[in-house]
Amino acid sequence: MSRRNRLSRVLVYLTLTLAAALVLLPIYWLVRSSLMTLVEVFKFPPLLWASRTHWDNFLAALSTSPFLLYFRNTLIVVVPTVLATLITSSLSAYGFARFRFPLRGFWFAMVLGAIILPPAVVLIPQFILWSRLHLVNTFYPLIVPFWFGGGAFNVFLLRQFFLTIPRDFDDAARIDGARYLRIYRTILVPFIQPALVAVGLFQFFFQWNDFFGPLIYLNSPNLYTLALGLQHFIGSYSTQWNILMAATVIVIIPPIIVFFIGQRYFVEGVTLTGIKM
Amino acid sequence: MNRASKPRGARRREALIGYLFASPVILGLVIWVMAPMVGSLVISFTDWNVLTAPHWRGLLNYVGMFTTDYFFANSLLVTVYYVALNTALTFVYSLVLALLLNWKIRGQGIYRSIFYLPAIVPLVASSALWLWLFNPDFGLFNQILLALGLHKLTWLVGQTTVVPSLVLMSVWGGAGNTIVIFLAALQGVPRPFLEAVEIDGGSWWHKFWAVTWPLISPVSFFNIVVGLINSFQIFTQSYIMTSGGPNNSSLFYVYLMYRYGFERNEMGNAAALSWILFLMVSALGLILFRWSREWVHYEGAAA
Repeated sequence: MSRRNRLSRVLVYLTLTLAAALVLLPIYWLVRSSLMTLVEVFKFPPLLWASRTHWDNFLAALSTSPFLLYFRNTLIVVVPTVLATLITSSLSAYGFARFRFPLRGFWFAMVLGAIILPPAVVLIPQFILWSRLHLVNTFYPLIVPFWFGGGAFNVFLLRQFFLTIPRDFDDAARIDGARYLRIYRTILVPFIQPALVAVGLFQFFFQWNDFFGPLIYLNSPNLYTLALGLQHFIGSYSTQWNILMAATVIVIIPPIIVFFIGQRYFVEGVTLTGIKM
Repeated sequence: MNRASKPRGARRREALIGYLFASPVILGLVIWVMAPMVGSLVISFTDWNVLTAPHWRGLLNYVGMFTTDYFFANSLLVTVYYVALNTALTFVYSLVLALLLNWKIRGQGIYRSIFYLPAIVPLVASSALWLWLFNPDFGLFNQILLALGLHKLTWLVGQTTVVPSLVLMSVWGGAGNTIVIFLAALQGVPRPFLEAVEIDGGSWWHKFWAVTWPLISPVSFFNIVVGLINSFQIFTQSYIMTSGGPNNSSLFYVYLMYRYGFERNEMGNAAALSWILFLMVSALGLILFRWSREWVHYEGAAA
């Protein structure tokens, strides 16, 4: 029994390690290729690592395409959308969780419906609206919609969290004379902090990685985000794989850093979203 | 405090404050969802090209889609193929890895982070990377096949291999969330239940089928729904890596809509496509929830 158990344990470790190696293989290949000369990149049988690390590939990528500008543009979009999402989704969720108002059920059903609505369905009229406002080719279309609840899913998720906090806490604060906004800020928000961090991280990654929005709304190269800038880079450097891979590494580094800093919250957040649904 | 017994003034005040707090998302639903849906329905009955005044075409855009538009039928076909393959493979792959991770193993957190890592790589970046991996002449995959003495594959440039190749990339990049959610669900399965099966002499398969599977079924359902909806949105990979080719075999639904709307300025057709998408997703949602009653087991729910 215990011998069979030990054997299965070894098999589990082996399978997991093999799977992990396969998952990491593309990342390894990316880094490897980004540090080679073009000649080394094309060698067969392939080299496992560069004979000398060519950091100049990164300089070449940075000098041919203004990635620092794209980085700044991405931040200009990401920071206000994350803020907007945190503020307006939690306020809306508080409204749904703690107050009775006419048509609340109807509006909540709409929130649920909006979660599974593919964004493509409402894309055309939204685009026409922005072009009528002469705001295409600005950052507004990528930021402003998030000041309206910051995404139905986030409202839903935070509402579920507010519902787990006993109402006695609100009542006690109210007897002490606290107003609703203060109850929300000082009593309830601290309780749902892990969920808020998760929502903020999700929004960060969503915006950072978003390609469709910038593709449709941004035309001028000086407004490109990192995702859009890299796409144009692919178009013009699709034969210089070492430089292209260096550019790709540049784009990947910021989210990886954020991931490792916020990892604990992130995994918790993913878990909670799956369980709360 | 009994809420129903509140005086009328207090109730009205509560309603007002409630609306005030919920107003961001309510306004958002009206401005960014409901009004655009109506707008898109109206546009779908016209031949609007943004530059000149639209003409009313009634249902002609829709009739055209279903009768003469080769691209529409083709994009539906390849999208359904991609969605089915991607959802099924991601589901199985994630569940198997989560089951393995759920053994009380050392370094569980590290494995989990590794499996999650690809999910945070921006889609444009992974498209650049996988273009390189799939490269027919110098890409890693064909180099491995050659080193093993096997034939090269066409990957993205072959009409029959392009969708499976994109699925491979999507499983790699998209399974992170699914694995983490499955793992959390598995950790919530009570040990005594599993031990009871063990005492009765049941194998690991009995434990999985009789205890684990029913208990995690709500989470399985969640993962299937999310997987289907996300797969339906595929656009970036084919836009960057294949331009919809070869021979339109990766011209997915949203990509076709993008072509109509933003490359050909045929807003009427693009809007019709968006409404057909909406109706299809709604129908799919209904079917899924019907189907879920047959196998999803909610703990403590009255049947």
